[in-house]
Amino acid sequence: METKKLLLTFKKKVVEKPIVYHLVKDFDLIINLYRASITEEEEGFMVLDITGSASKIEEGINFIVAEGVKIDDAQKAFRWDEAVCTSCGNCLTHCPVDALHIKDRTTMKVEFDQNVCIDCMGCIPNCPFGACGSIFQDK
Amino acid sequence: MKTYEEINEKIASKKAVVLTAAEIIDYVEEKGIEQAAKEVDVVTTATFGPMCSSGCFLNFGHSQPKIRITEAWIDDVLAYSGIAAVDLYMGATQLRHNDPANLDYPGEFKFGGGHVIEKLIRGEELQLFALSYGTDEYPLKEIRTRFNINDLNQATMVNPRNCYQNYNVAINTSNKTIYTYLGKLKPNMGNMTYSSAGQLSPLLNDPLYQTIGVGTSVWLAGAKGHVYSEGTQHASAVERTANDVPAEGAGTLALTGDMKKMNADFVRGVSFKGYGVSLALGVGIPIPILNEEILRKTTIKDRDIQAQVIDYSLDYPMKTGKVLTSVNYEELKSGSVNILGQDVETSSLSSYEKAITITEILKSEIQDGSFTLNKPYMPLPPNQGMKSMKVSK
Ligand code: SF4
Ligand code: SF4
Repeated sequence: METKKLLLTFKKKVVEKPIVYHLVKDFDLIINLYRASITEEEEGFMVLDITGSASKIEEGINFIVAEGVKIDDAQKAFRWDEAVCTSCGNCLTHCPVDALHIKDRTTMKVEFDQNVCIDCMGCIPNCPFGACGSIFQDK
Repeated sequence: MKTYEEINEKIASKKAVVLTAAEIIDYVEEKGIEQAAKEVDVVTTATFGPMCSSGCFLNFGHSQPKIRITEAWIDDVLAYSGIAAVDLYMGATQLRHNDPANLDYPGEFKFGGGHVIEKLIRGEELQLFALSYGTDEYPLKEIRTRFNINDLNQATMVNPRNCYQNYNVAINTSNKTIYTYLGKLKPNMGNMTYSSAGQLSPLLNDPLYQTIGVGTSVWLAGAKGHVYSEGTQHASAVERTANDVPAEGAGTLALTGDMKKMNADFVRGVSFKGYGVSLALGVGIPIPILNEEILRKTTIKDRDIQAQVIDYSLDYPMKTGKVLTSVNYEELKSGSVNILGQDVETSSLSSYEKAITITEILKSEIQDGSFTLNKPYMPLPPNQGMKSMKVSK
């Protein structure tokens, strides 16, 4: 038995399908749902643990991907919109792990490292330009 | 020695030699002042950051029947209508109607005048809601309509104060978090924030206003605008370091330009938690290299520009005039500065990266002959102080 944490995002039409039911029923998986939201907008999301045998987990993941669910590789709810970011840098002192950082002090361009981010949301209220957001929060 | 006319002729024939305020530093170091002054025609400077004293005049044309607007809201943000019938002024810091502001402290201030201005320039649709008491020749008393910038006769940005020559660095020595227009300041000097493009900034490259004056053409968010007046609070009589660079705010510019020609990447509504809304703006100003002295001023480096560190928990609000210490922009841009024995993390509200982009855009516009210079017809006041508010007893 093993446990895998997943962050699923899905389009509206997938929302109506009983995905969790199928994971339990067809693949014999134990589901622990942490957080879920289905908004009027396009996307919904779900944060859950699935526990079961390695092969069943893989089958289950293949099933949900086939249903059109996106599995977020980084498993992060934080979203940084590079096109909206102005590289002002105000977020930098509010990011505890330097996921938002400046590599090159001659250009002062702000960059984001998804792998380092710990989803603390500290930067969100400190971005005057609205480049930082979370799928857990309305814009 | 060159004249504006000579430089403009070279621009017109696409032969002008143009460098950015960043490039000129190494160029002069390599070639020497004398040689560089002969070769270089223009140095481009720029800044991008929140500039609260910004706004725009909008003319809607007349409705049928006519209305003389006496109260108006655009996307629920109040616009000033105490001018002619269908002219309005939208200011950058105006909150949206019913914004709870700081009732639920610290407020979020998600949308306001700055955002309305950005939406206009993006070409997005907005709602006008206007009221009137009605007159014989303007009988309509209420109107609600949707429009975008192309439906307006004029959309003219008119900013009473932009491009502060230098600016405070904000810090918080108290033991609780405070929220300011320079961002969230952590207690016990947990961070410090600044807002200036430093060595790229227009008035730091022309500290004595030898070329930038009333009438100077400026690149205002992509449109060709100009300086229409000294900016409000222009205070040139301040303490300056040996290179004439002011140690504090000092000079300011009042700018205007046609919003229909602007690029929304450089006009951005901003929300400061606990403070309010504003507008971040990109401005580029070309400096004609008329002589060696003017060129030398443009070679200013971040490390030679000092900024004053002010305590925003006490000295700023109470206007005590106390300055904790001074730091230079090279230190500020490094990410951490030692202040009174403590390493303090720094960050900015202005964008150096966008300022670089603007100096490069302006450089190419001058090189391809599309942006020419204007000789100012009036200098900025060179030796002017600033009054405090008179409060009657
Ligand atoms: S969510 Fe937290 S860790 Fe991630 S970028 Fe923002 S401040 Fe940094
Ligand atoms: S505060 Fe926002 S706009 Fe500024 S650098 Fe950070 S993410 Fe970009």
